Amino acid sequence: MSRTRRRFDPYLAVISSRIRAQRSYPVSFRLDMLGALAVGVTEFAEVWVIFAKVGVLGGLNFHAILLVFGLSNLAFSSADMVAGHLDRIPEYIRQGTLDVFYLRPQSVLAQLMTSDFELRRVARIAFSGVILSFGFALGGIHWNVRVVALVVLTYACGVAIFAGIFVCAGSLQFFLINGAELTNSFTYGGSYAASQPASLFPNPLKLFFGYLAPVVFTGYLPTLAILRLPGPAGLPSWLAWCSPLAAAWVWILASGLWRLGIRHYQGGGG
Amino acid sequence: MTDPMIEVKELTRDFSVRRKSAGRLGSRRTALRAIDHLSFTLATGDAVGYIGANGAGKSTTIKIITGILVPTAGVVRTCGLDPLRQRRELARRIGVVFGQRSQLWWDLPLAESFDILSAVHRLDRSTARRRTAELVDRLEMGETLQTPVRQLSLGQRMRAEVAAALLHSPELVILDEPTIGLDVLSKLRLREFLIAERAERGTTLLLTTHDMGDIQRLCDRVLVVDHGKLAYDGSLPGLARTVGARRVLVVDLAEAAPDLVGLPGAQHLLSEGGGLRQRLAFDPETTTAAALLAQVSMRATVRDLSIEEPAIEEVVRRIYESTR
Repeated sequence: MSRTRRRFDPYLAVISSRIRAQRSYPVSFRLDMLGALAVGVTEFAEVWVIFAKVGVLGGLNFHAILLVFGLSNLAFSSADMVAGHLDRIPEYIRQGTLDVFYLRPQSVLAQLMTSDFELRRVARIAFSGVILSFGFALGGIHWNVRVVALVVLTYACGVAIFAGIFVCAGSLQFFLINGAELTNSFTYGGSYAASQPASLFPNPLKLFFGYLAPVVFTGYLPTLAILRLPGPAGLPSWLAWCSPLAAAWVWILASGLWRLGIRHYQGGGG
Repeated sequence: MTDPMIEVKELTRDFSVRRKSAGRLGSRRTALRAIDHLSFTLATGDAVGYIGANGAGKSTTIKIITGILVPTAGVVRTCGLDPLRQRRELARRIGVVFGQRSQLWWDLPLAESFDILSAVHRLDRSTARRRTAELVDRLEMGETLQTPVRQLSLGQRMRAEVAAALLHSPELVILDEPTIGLDVLSKLRLREFLIAERAERGTTLLLTTHDMGDIQRLCDRVLVVDHGKLAYDGSLPGLARTVGARRVLVVDLAEAAPDLVGLPGAQHLLSEGGGLRQRLAFDPETTTAAALLAQVSMRATVRDLSIEEPAIEEVVRRIYESTR
């Protein structure tokens, strides 16, 4: 056990230092938390407004959409905490922080992810958790092994899927100048798509968010599986159990893109 | 015979630069050669000054040696390792300071940066404590340990950067302009520390600088790079010799004398006080100070004398000019 612990010691030291640093400015920290919470609340308000009017949308009622929103946002905000700052890679390059990472005996990507651990994102994680609990309570869902397994699997793979998408977007930053706007449309856009009932999507979008940037695995599909609903054509609900495959696919893509990005940095224009 | 600490063979590195092509949208890529078939070796224990004008290729060389950049062509071995493939292993054995970029955590007290770096390098607790205390003591940082890094003065921060790079007791230390912007006292302290550290541990040192005082005090060998090519490799006095820099003999005479012109191997530069003090430039290749002094003594009585060494900035400037 001590060997694995020592393996992660460097990262833990950096993360705990980040937490200490953020807590040493309590006022600014609380304001940041409030800001992060406000973003989550606004996004949820949008869903609420729609469902207050229509009642059922894309085969899902309000209780079901709480599950979709809660599950996908829980995963997204957790991934955002560890990888959300990857869109600032151009800044790291300019400041030379990236060069400093090369001079330390750890993986550059892992250092990047732990270097800017933002505790304020906890606010959004907590908010998503609250929405999810409401979804379970209002929907009168019975907890059993199947549901627990689905939720745990969905959360773990959902974080991996979104983190992978962040890494993909970050890798593109090596090639783009001020490309954060563009890549944010993938990451935040992906999160938005994940919180919608995918049955509403036209087929090309279903294909895109189902199989290419598979964010439907983070909220929509597991919700169908939990509620034992069949799912639309092309996205059967049993796919929810295949989220590890979706996560693996995203990470194959992410590690390929990351390697390209790094090679560009080391080999192309410095 | 031990392996060399750094081995650079026929190293070439091109950067592709985008240029706007006239009259059309889009851009053309042109290759800019930053390093051009550069070769040199550093033996274990060497202390080498790596000098050159801005843009001569110094930083690029260092980034390739440390595994940050990929060479376009050529071979580099650092500590016997391939800096690209074995970057992590190499990172445990080298310490690098980039004068312009920080590896400290700006929003935390300095002491915490040392703690995190000890964890990053997996030093065991007692080693970490001993080494930190030693560096803090030698670099006189005791009073600044609890100060957040962003509040440190430039001199304090630079000493802290050097300590951070040496925390894991690396066998090779690479300093990229470590004294840039420092006041005289800070420079002196830093140099004294590096001399002591090297004497004690036999650390190999590679140093880029624009400050010739650094080279004179710290290095026993100089590499001059110009336009990505090696322009000189040898000792500092040898560098002065190759570009024909002259030494100056200043003599104070007992009585005012006419200008001392026509002495073999020497040129009269200036007379002061009506001829009481005279300055004679001579080329160390053609005559010696003693021979010149003998010549002067035949014409006048010498009361006092001093010898001025060539200014190194001048020497380097001449190298740049001669290769241009």
